Amino acid sequence: MATLEIKNLHVSVETDQGKIEILRGVDLVIKSGETHAVMGPNGSGKSTLAYSIAGHPKYEVTQGEILLDGENVLEMSVDERARAGLFLAMQYPVEIPGVSVSNFLRTAKTAVDGKAPALRGWVADVRQAMESLKMDPAFTERNVNEGFSGGEKKRHEILQMELLKPKMAVLDETDSGLDVDALRVVAEGVNRIKSENQMGLLLITHYTRILNYIKPDFVHVFVAGKIAEQGGPELADRLESEGYDRYVNA
Amino acid sequence: MGETTKTAQHGLSEHSHGFGVPIQTRSERLKSQKLDDFDEISTREEQWRYIGADRLGGLDQADLEEFLGDIETTLAEGVETSWVDADHKLFGSAGIPEDRVAAAGWEAAKAAYLVSIPVSVTDSAQSTLTITSSSKDPAALHIIVEAKRGSDSVVVIDHRGDAILSENIEFVLEDQAKLTVVSIQDWNHGSIHNGAQYAMLGKDSTFKHVMVTLGGSVVRMTPSAYFGAAGGDAALYGLYFADAGQYLEHRIFVDHATPNCKSRVTYKGALQGAKAHTVWVGDVLIRAAAEGTDTYELNRNLLLTDGARADSVPNLEIETGQIQGAGHASASGRFDDEQLFYLQARGLPELEARRLVVRGFLMEVVQQIGVPELEERLAASIEDELERSAS
Repeated sequence: MATLEIKNLHVSVETDQGKIEILRGVDLVIKSGETHAVMGPNGSGKSTLAYSIAGHPKYEVTQGEILLDGENVLEMSVDERARAGLFLAMQYPVEIPGVSVSNFLRTAKTAVDGKAPALRGWVADVRQAMESLKMDPAFTERNVNEGFSGGEKKRHEILQMELLKPKMAVLDETDSGLDVDALRVVAEGVNRIKSENQMGLLLITHYTRILNYIKPDFVHVFVAGKIAEQGGPELADRLESEGYDRYVNA
Repeated sequence: MGETTKTAQHGLSEHSHGFGVPIQTRSERLKSQKLDDFDEISTREEQWRYIGADRLGGLDQADLEEFLGDIETTLAEGVETSWVDADHKLFGSAGIPEDRVAAAGWEAAKAAYLVSIPVSVTDSAQSTLTITSSSKDPAALHIIVEAKRGSDSVVVIDHRGDAILSENIEFVLEDQAKLTVVSIQDWNHGSIHNGAQYAMLGKDSTFKHVMVTLGGSVVRMTPSAYFGAAGGDAALYGLYFADAGQYLEHRIFVDHATPNCKSRVTYKGALQGAKAHTVWVGDVLIRAAAEGTDTYELNRNLLLTDGARADSVPNLEIETGQIQGAGHASASGRFDDEQLFYLQARGLPELEARRLVVRGFLMEVVQQIGVPELEERLAASIEDELERSAS
């Protein structure tokens, strides 16, 4: 049983116009097995929340805490956070030239587990995970994200999540750029991984579409760097019909 | 990743040259065995655009010492070595100097170390020459490797220690000979090495050349391949890793003068640290007689940190339209903070993330060599280099 606690989180970024505060006091608690959806209009700070949890150096935490099972996440380096069981499925995964998917997956697994996976079982695990995400086995020979389509990049992110088995995963706009078929495959993957690992899930999304496939337990509406309203799945349905105008113009 | 790819329509447009550097085509370039035929080094000359005489340790002047270091050999059965005088028929048979420093070395070396590979050597049997030196007096060394008709062998030339050296190495491939050469430059810091290497390919011969440049303060390698008869096949690979302050230059020349020959040039370099500087210039000349030529050259550089600089200039000069194909690609990319973040977010500590990227990038070249034992050895060299650059 794991718990990710975010307490009064304030985050700023350095821009050409000086330092700008993007997150203005976020409180959120996610427990193993729970799915939380963070929804909000563009520019509300959703992705900043995702990157701050993962520790991207561009984002400076000026106030507040992030705790994973009571451990201070903000004191950990990016890789220590990953090894502690946090995972961020990126919205824009970058290309890594010269590093094949298969080499990358194995190296990441070794880093996260602290030991190399047994070869035979590992190869089978990778093959099976790829099969269920409907990925071509030849994919492993390609360089990480090099020439991948938008859909391939997202599947590759979910593939990593499946193999690395994090305690808590943040999915940053995983639905963007996916067609309906790809979205269904990815969502099924997420649901399967979640039920197998009892992982906690933070889904960051602009649209309600992905919530038709991945059912949230809690929905948080994010506006201007804060949670403006929270509720159950019914809140997502209301956003679907009413949009964000009510919050933005409030 | 922030990558820029430059391609030009072959034969139609020219790559930009630096301001004030006179355009000179490769076919017109001076060749001579005499130092005095070459002007004093000036950065106005294309060959010396990136490095001045002040960093060459006196190698551009007359009166270089004869090389006094050791050449330690492990030879495949049947391979013989001897010292031969400058009047030997093979002296200058693969090529002669095209720049002042190579000519200085040529003139100063009164004898050449000849490695003779008879036809009895087959199955890529391997010989190794380990060249070590502990002297930093400017010196000259001349080596000739002769691959007899139909032989099939591998020669590794490994440079280590401390040196200031102008070296000329000739590879003479008789008809149907197969020769793989691996030239490793792994000098100690402070060493200066100018290495001119010339290969003359006989009819239907196969030449594979692998340049591996890791250590030395200034290393300037100029491998050339000349096709003396039809049907030759030359594959020139290279990998280099420049650390802070290192200057590593590779100038490749492939001279297609006969019909139906094939060449491939693939060089990759990684750079890390302040004032790490690499230069790659790939000249491919397809002369009027070289109908049916098939050539492609590629250079890629990976900049791991700010403050490093990679120059990359591919040149294709085509004098006949009757060719199979001619192309080139050159790109320099940066390992940036976003890539580092991505790998760290998957649990890899920073150092390991950098290593993973460099290893993968350079190993792409190593894997094309096709001699498993060599691949392992080079993989180990890359690991060593990564180990050192981390400390």
